[in-house]
Amino acid sequence: MSGAGLTRERTLLLFPALLLLALVVAVPILRVVQLGFHRVELDGGIALHWAGLEPYARLWQDGRWWGALRNTAVFTGASVALELVLGVAVALLLHERFRGRGLARALVMVPWALPTAIMALAWAWIFNDAFGVLNDLLGRLGLVRGPVAWLGGPGTAMLALVVADVWKTTPFVALIVLAGLQGIPEPVLEAARVDGLSAAQRFRRVLLPLLGPSLLVAVAFRAVQAYGAFDLPYVMTGGGPGGATETVSLYAYRNYFRYLDFGYGSAVAVQGALLAALLAAALMGLAGRRGRVRA
Amino acid sequence: MSGGANARPRATGALRALALAAVLAWSAAPAVWQALTALKPDAQITRTPTVYLPSPPTWRHVQALWDRKPFGRYLANSAAIAAAATLLCVSLAALAATAIARLPGRGREGTLLALLVVSLFPPILLLFPLYEGVRALGWVNHPLALVLPFAALNLPLAVWVLEGALRALPAELDEAGRLDGLSALGRLRRVHLPLALPALATTAILVFIFCWNEFMLSLTFMTRDAAKTVTAGIASVSGASLHEIPWGQLSAAIVIATLPLVALVLLFERRIVSGLTRGALKG
Repeated sequence: MSGAGLTRERTLLLFPALLLLALVVAVPILRVVQLGFHRVELDGGIALHWAGLEPYARLWQDGRWWGALRNTAVFTGASVALELVLGVAVALLLHERFRGRGLARALVMVPWALPTAIMALAWAWIFNDAFGVLNDLLGRLGLVRGPVAWLGGPGTAMLALVVADVWKTTPFVALIVLAGLQGIPEPVLEAARVDGLSAAQRFRRVLLPLLGPSLLVAVAFRAVQAYGAFDLPYVMTGGGPGGATETVSLYAYRNYFRYLDFGYGSAVAVQGALLAALLAAALMGLAGRRGRVRA
Repeated sequence: MSGGANARPRATGALRALALAAVLAWSAAPAVWQALTALKPDAQITRTPTVYLPSPPTWRHVQALWDRKPFGRYLANSAAIAAAATLLCVSLAALAATAIARLPGRGREGTLLALLVVSLFPPILLLFPLYEGVRALGWVNHPLALVLPFAALNLPLAVWVLEGALRALPAELDEAGRLDGLSALGRLRRVHLPLALPALATTAILVFIFCWNEFMLSLTFMTRDAAKTVTAGIASVSGASLHEIPWGQLSAAIVIATLPLVALVLLFERRIVSGLTRGALKG
């Protein structure tokens, strides 16, 4: 077949997917960027009034935006850090050979596959102040006196969100790390053992550097996802109390559908995405550099 | 050999078993607690100190779910929308992956990287323009309002997984099919897809799970109760009303809505793992 024929064939094969991506991703992104530069008014339909950078200037003076940004950063930092540590630990556990390992791996994966929005309700029930099982357990152990209103205090509500997120996504990190572990040739570990390194030394000097690239990939994916968190705060805390768990995504959503401020909501979403892109680029760049050095 | 040489491995073995038990308990706990709550009579759900095991277990909450009409509808909507979106997504991804797998090095890597970037966009960025589009088309409460975005948003992952599988097939197969006079679509259907069947299944399972679990678009585009998916239907009781919720019924709903996913993971854990790690680690 001729080169031109090949090219046409490829174009035809790619066309449906590209069309769908254009309609659902590319056009909406252009539109949201456009809306972010406008004051949007409702008059039957939607009327756009050019506002230039004004919505973005408004972000600077909006305490609620900074609050949402801080909440998002705290949520992302805390949950990703915990997921990383626990994910590595779980991966090391599941890497060992033992009877029933296949079933154990499957069971550990289950939280990852369950719907975040629905499990957020399950966690809200666990953290419930009056009837929650957590307060009952802690009370029986003598760790708290009287019920704690977990979702009613700013710090404890954030803690509850982080716990629910760690529960749900540690399996993902564990999975990526496990794949990384399986890629390390046995002789490398054997050599470290023969050299008389202790388990802790083997982990720090041999495993961790070799796992570096897959750890960074896991962190980059998780960080960007956690940064976009919506389901968990929407369902579990509604962003409360007093905005203490309102994330950037939730704030944009509120601007759209509660305050009907479509222009400003778009500016919030775009600014949020730009910051997420910076975060992702930094982490991916780090991963790429590390990966190449090791390769 | 004295017992001392074995004592340490045995101790670490016991520690490891303990840690494993803790991990498994932690993973299962929230779902198990919902199941226990769903089986308790109302009086035991709101009793303090907490009643741990339902005595006697009751199926009343589960039954009440089916009597109260929309829940069955939610499940049917989720199943239909997720299935349609999965079919569309995997079909388009298979076509695209065939083309990408045969691209020369640079073009292939560039295309895959661009798809990766697309998959990282936070969905909130797309939400409002999509809503505008859905309204303009009169698709509020219409399944297509979710099927198309779900298919599109999962395309990058699907292409990544399928491209890996198709590229692993020898290029001579392609040549042979061509010499037999098969068109591109014919080769895809008769030669490539049958060989890539495991990867297709993996992709379909992953995409189905993501579609079933989606919340933000469902919440926004499906306003009529009869049109809601199960995530939006159940979780929209949240927020201020959290104290007046009938927890027995809600727990029953949570358990039933998550059971299909538990079954999928337990049945297809290997596939899911291979698909996710290919999507995340390759390149």
